[in-house]
Amino acid sequence: MLDNLLVLIQAPVLNIQLLLDGVLIGAIFAMAAYGLALVWGVMNVKNLAQGDFVIMGGYIAYTFTKFGLHPIYALPVAFVGMFGFGWFIYAIIIRRVIGKDLFTSLLATFGLAILLQQAMNLIFGSDVQTAESGFQTRFFFDGMVSIAEIKFVALVLAVGLSAAVVVFMKRSRMGQAIRATSQDARAARVLGINTDRVYAFTFSLNSAICGAAGVLIAMIWVIQPYFGVVYSIRSFIIVTVAGLGNLTAVIVTALGLGAAEQFSAFILGAEFQVASVVCILVAVLIWRQIQQARKRQVVE
Amino acid sequence: MKGSVIALYGGILLAGMVAPLVFPNYTFQVAVLWMMILFALTWDIMGGQMGYNSLGNILFFGAGMYISAVVQISMVFDVGEYTAAFGAIKIEFSDAQYFTGIFLGIGAAAIGAVVCALIIGLAVFGLRGPYFAIGTLGIALATAELIAGWDYVGGGGGISMPVFPGDPDVRSLFFYYMCFAAAVATFAFLKWLYSTRFGLAINAIRDNENKAEAMGVHTKRYKMVAWSIAAFFLGIIGAVFGNMVGFVEPLEVAFPTITFGIFMVAMALLGGKGTLWGPVLGAVLFHLVKEVTWTYLLGWQWVALGAIIVINVVYFQQGILGWAAEKWPERFGLIVDRGAGAGDGDEQGEAQPGEAAS
Repeated sequence: MLDNLLVLIQAPVLNIQLLLDGVLIGAIFAMAAYGLALVWGVMNVKNLAQGDFVIMGGYIAYTFTKFGLHPIYALPVAFVGMFGFGWFIYAIIIRRVIGKDLFTSLLATFGLAILLQQAMNLIFGSDVQTAESGFQTRFFFDGMVSIAEIKFVALVLAVGLSAAVVVFMKRSRMGQAIRATSQDARAARVLGINTDRVYAFTFSLNSAICGAAGVLIAMIWVIQPYFGVVYSIRSFIIVTVAGLGNLTAVIVTALGLGAAEQFSAFILGAEFQVASVVCILVAVLIWRQIQQARKRQVVE
Repeated sequence: MKGSVIALYGGILLAGMVAPLVFPNYTFQVAVLWMMILFALTWDIMGGQMGYNSLGNILFFGAGMYISAVVQISMVFDVGEYTAAFGAIKIEFSDAQYFTGIFLGIGAAAIGAVVCALIIGLAVFGLRGPYFAIGTLGIALATAELIAGWDYVGGGGGISMPVFPGDPDVRSLFFYYMCFAAAVATFAFLKWLYSTRFGLAINAIRDNENKAEAMGVHTKRYKMVAWSIAAFFLGIIGAVFGNMVGFVEPLEVAFPTITFGIFMVAMALLGGKGTLWGPVLGAVLFHLVKEVTWTYLLGWQWVALGAIIVINVVYFQQGILGWAAEKWPERFGLIVDRGAGAGDGDEQGEAQPGEAAS
């Protein structure tokens, strides 16, 4: 552990490598976290199946490579397919848990997460998979820093997709309706907005974003049926730190989390990656609690 | 009424006593059933009676298991050396050593789990609602991962528990009665607990924590004690189960978050949370259905589990007893003002857990 730390100090270039990797991965975390913040803010539903939607998108890309197609074509398919899947899930489950107490939505989506991960386990097996994209890896600093081109492509796609979603939320009628509903659902209903459709659309948009993120994850990293829960936790960390409806904070936190994870994986060893993610979650929650306690004292 | 209650309790106790003698082939399954009842009951202290829905109670189960394993082995051998050999070292326990070890281990597990609960409680009890559920889930997952990386307790490879001295039939009966006794003790303790001021206080926390605090209920203290009670019994059953299985491993045996950890929530919800008998009923039903149908589902049982949870939560949240209390409120000693329209039967059912028991 200390040796790894010394390596980082002696070879500062490695820091650049870890930072770059972290930022490139973090961009994709930001997508899933933005989707979670959207659903949380608009519908007050905490989706614990978020990560499993991501992994589903990943398996769509994986299936494409199985049939000899380039996984990048899976991006639009995953987006549209997961949009439809999200609508279906909304119609049978989420519609009935909106407005119930908080734990109901949490537990229902946790059940959904178990269902999805086990179904994927049965269909695709529990092996770690990746969608081979066939891009080159480029080297900088005498080969000390390597960047796979696919990671860069993924970053560009992630940024493009996120920008499209943001413009959609700002400009389109549906985007305005979503924002109106999140501010005050009752007032939105009074003004003639079909909030049920807005909720359905929001949830579907979230799962579509997750699906697209999953395709990118499958190309630059690995997927496995049980990895979903880690993505859910990452999304929760990011949203808890960044707050709802603050896109800039979501992106900054996501990039920071990506980098923090890369560093901890390097220093502690890769087998502690999941542990470090979960420990960050616990730390973030405790930090939040301390903050809230201070706020409470001010009120008293 | 009184006679029928005595007959009911007596019948259950008698059935529990003779079950392994009548059906010796199912001793392990019935022992697990008692464990499931204990799980559902302990989850319900927090989740049903106090309104703090924890997804990480399984932590205390695993903690108890590991504590008892370390205590039992360290009585005669160095634990680090034992785990480093990956089961190559066979320790000979004399009868006296084994039995003192196991009872000391169980005691240490119970105390250790309570200590864990108090420490973690300090960290998580400021969290409310979904943050509490996610925080506890996070702590349980983190503990499993950290234990899996800790070589002293065997890491991901796990620890083999001391071997029971004696006949396999005696062994299974021994652990059966341990599980049985633990579940019965938990039930009796909770039945008494819910009839005291303590029960009223934690119900008040569930209904409105801020108001309860304003009324002078030391909410933090009550939350800590309730959490410790759950941890105490989970620690005991963890130690017993670790010995019963004979092998302790972090992800599947000690901290099985998506099996036992979520079963306990599902069972309590199925039976009706916030009642004394609801978790028991839910656990029996859940375990019976699971044991009977599981093997016929050919791998799809986990998918079915997810579906059961979703359906249970979304369509049948009040549970069996909650539904019954809505249907026949008089039987549960509830007074319903018919003129006031359809009241929330769920909450009324929860308001009188002691009555629901009789």
